[in-house]
Amino acid sequence: MTTSIKIEGLSKRYRLGLTHAGSIRELVNQFSRRLVPRRSGSHQQDVAEPSQTTKSDSFWALKDVEFSIQQGESVGIIGRNGAGKSTLLKILSRITSPTTGRVELVGRVASLLEVGTGFHPELTGRENLYLNGTILGMTRAEVNRQFDAIVDFAGVEKFIDTPVKRYSSGMKVRLGFAVAAHLEPEILIVDEVLAVGDMDFQRKCLGKMDDVAKSGRTIMFVSHNMAAVSQLCHTGVVLNQGMTDGVMPISQAIDVYMKQAPGTSRDGLFIADSSQDAPGAITRIRIRQEGNETGTLRHNEDFEIVYTTRLASSAPDLRLSTAICDRLQQKIFTAVTEIKHSKRQNEIELTLQVRGRFLMPGRYSLIAGLLDPRMQLVDWHRFVCPFQIENVGDDPLLSGGGDLGVVFGEHQWLTN
Amino acid sequence: MKPSPQITIIEPPKSAFELNLGEVWRYRDLLMLLAWRDISARFRQSIVGYGWAILRPLITVLIYTLVFSKFVRIETEQPYVIFAFAGLIPWLYFSQALSSVTGSVVSGGAMLTKVYFPRLVLPLATVAVGLIEVLLQLFVLGGVMFWYDFAPGLPILALPLFIAIAGITALAFGIWLTALNVKYRDVGMAVPFLIQIWMYLCPIIYPISVVDPEYRSLYSLNPMVGVIEGFRWSLLSGSAPDWSMIAGSSTVTFIILLAGLLYFRKVEQTFADVI
Repeated sequence: MTTSIKIEGLSKRYRLGLTHAGSIRELVNQFSRRLVPRRSGSHQQDVAEPSQTTKSDSFWALKDVEFSIQQGESVGIIGRNGAGKSTLLKILSRITSPTTGRVELVGRVASLLEVGTGFHPELTGRENLYLNGTILGMTRAEVNRQFDAIVDFAGVEKFIDTPVKRYSSGMKVRLGFAVAAHLEPEILIVDEVLAVGDMDFQRKCLGKMDDVAKSGRTIMFVSHNMAAVSQLCHTGVVLNQGMTDGVMPISQAIDVYMKQAPGTSRDGLFIADSSQDAPGAITRIRIRQEGNETGTLRHNEDFEIVYTTRLASSAPDLRLSTAICDRLQQKIFTAVTEIKHSKRQNEIELTLQVRGRFLMPGRYSLIAGLLDPRMQLVDWHRFVCPFQIENVGDDPLLSGGGDLGVVFGEHQWLTN
Repeated sequence: MKPSPQITIIEPPKSAFELNLGEVWRYRDLLMLLAWRDISARFRQSIVGYGWAILRPLITVLIYTLVFSKFVRIETEQPYVIFAFAGLIPWLYFSQALSSVTGSVVSGGAMLTKVYFPRLVLPLATVAVGLIEVLLQLFVLGGVMFWYDFAPGLPILALPLFIAIAGITALAFGIWLTALNVKYRDVGMAVPFLIQIWMYLCPIIYPISVVDPEYRSLYSLNPMVGVIEGFRWSLLSGSAPDWSMIAGSSTVTFIILLAGLLYFRKVEQTFADVI
């Protein structure tokens, strides 16, 4: 096995304020600011200025990122919004350059940060296909060779000579992905492009990427969709505020990611900072087992999830809809209840009881939302209030270990 | 064994200037397709289509003729219609190329932030777009000349040279402006104004003979003076342009182009962050 991507001490600093398109006035201001202290001869100011600049005017999107990826590996890059995923991809795609550090990429790199880059709405699918292919680094001859396969994969044969502005957004995505999928690079970098397109096509894309991985190429895949990441990738890199602990097995990476609590959500507790003027809001979610509030639950005992909602006196009848999700953020089940609204009381607690020995040991989180009678969302929180189910006792099923799924299914064996 | 794979090294930008035109050459297919995209999308969904390329200068020339030949009565060697048309063709090409080169990087912003390619491709691809229009306009001018019984002589062979100088001049100034435009959008605002002023400093609506000989060498520092004079000479014969002047201003243009290329190369790595 040879190294495919080698990243050493990679950092990227963004200067705040200056990065946006400036005007000449800003330039003059900046220039005069630089001149004035020097003229006044004040040494103190001269010394104070640089440190101030580094503190307030810049921020590190990536800090000392270091890892290497073997050829043929498929790596998931995961992290919360703003963790530095996009910056890392932009550096690897050579869109922006790092502040310090070094990256070595072996082989041809194709990056797909957006499908259909450079599509011109007035041009036909055929014309855009050539254009897009060459933008992504193919030569015209290579596009020629792959043309039929690309059109076939995208399923747009009938519309290939229609201007792209008449395409549905799904068709545009399909054509864009099809071009990129046929690049045949040694390294394929894919951002969250699969979020668009229907289920069928998403499956097709994942399948295609799987093929690419199996043919010994390296894939770097960025997504918030943990199910897709765990399906496609064998290893993962978790980014947190521009830093990373390097490459680890994907299941471990997902666990690390899930433990990074978003905002005020920590194990077994979620407190929302909701606005006052909403007709209704979920203000707090707690988890209780045997009367204790906790985020770590014994697998064989019942527990309660307590939702605190606040309703405006003018609020219509609302419904609470909640789901428990597994660590891949797939819903396990959903429960819905009407909120009995009495005019005098504006804070209402609703308690969901969950049986013991229902969820398998593992990590879970909640989705909770309020719906008005027209089924519109009034309030909505995703993947909050994470909790852990611990294996206690000597369940024979759990003694073997391995992946057993997420629930203890109610079942019976019949033997004769 | 597979042939040894290409290795890409990504490092912080070095301060040294380098041109690296070989990379642009490797992306020549993209360059051609981008140019062709602009050409072919330019007049789509318009009824007159490429007719606009002819209508615009034709109407402009008619108005100039009315104003400057009937009202103001400017004396020219040739019939005013032909005189103005022959001056207007290189100017329209130059001004359109200059403004589209200036806007090229900013308008390619969506591509710039999503995929890597040598950024130089963007201004290079736009500079050639107007050539099709030049060709169409030359045909129309040919028709007008035929009407006035004017036949071009041997100097017509020099025509591509002057078009090339016009294109290179547009690129030389545009490449500075487009790089600056990324950070300072003021540039984009100023360019139409610049073009308007520049036009009055070119012998388009008036012959160069109205310029005081004392100031003529200063006047000819404007590279477009040589281009327009030369263009007219190669089509209509008449008085030959001042070749030493053309050589001088072309040298200056070339230096501006080279410096512009180096500057562009230096700042292009920050485009995606700034745009």
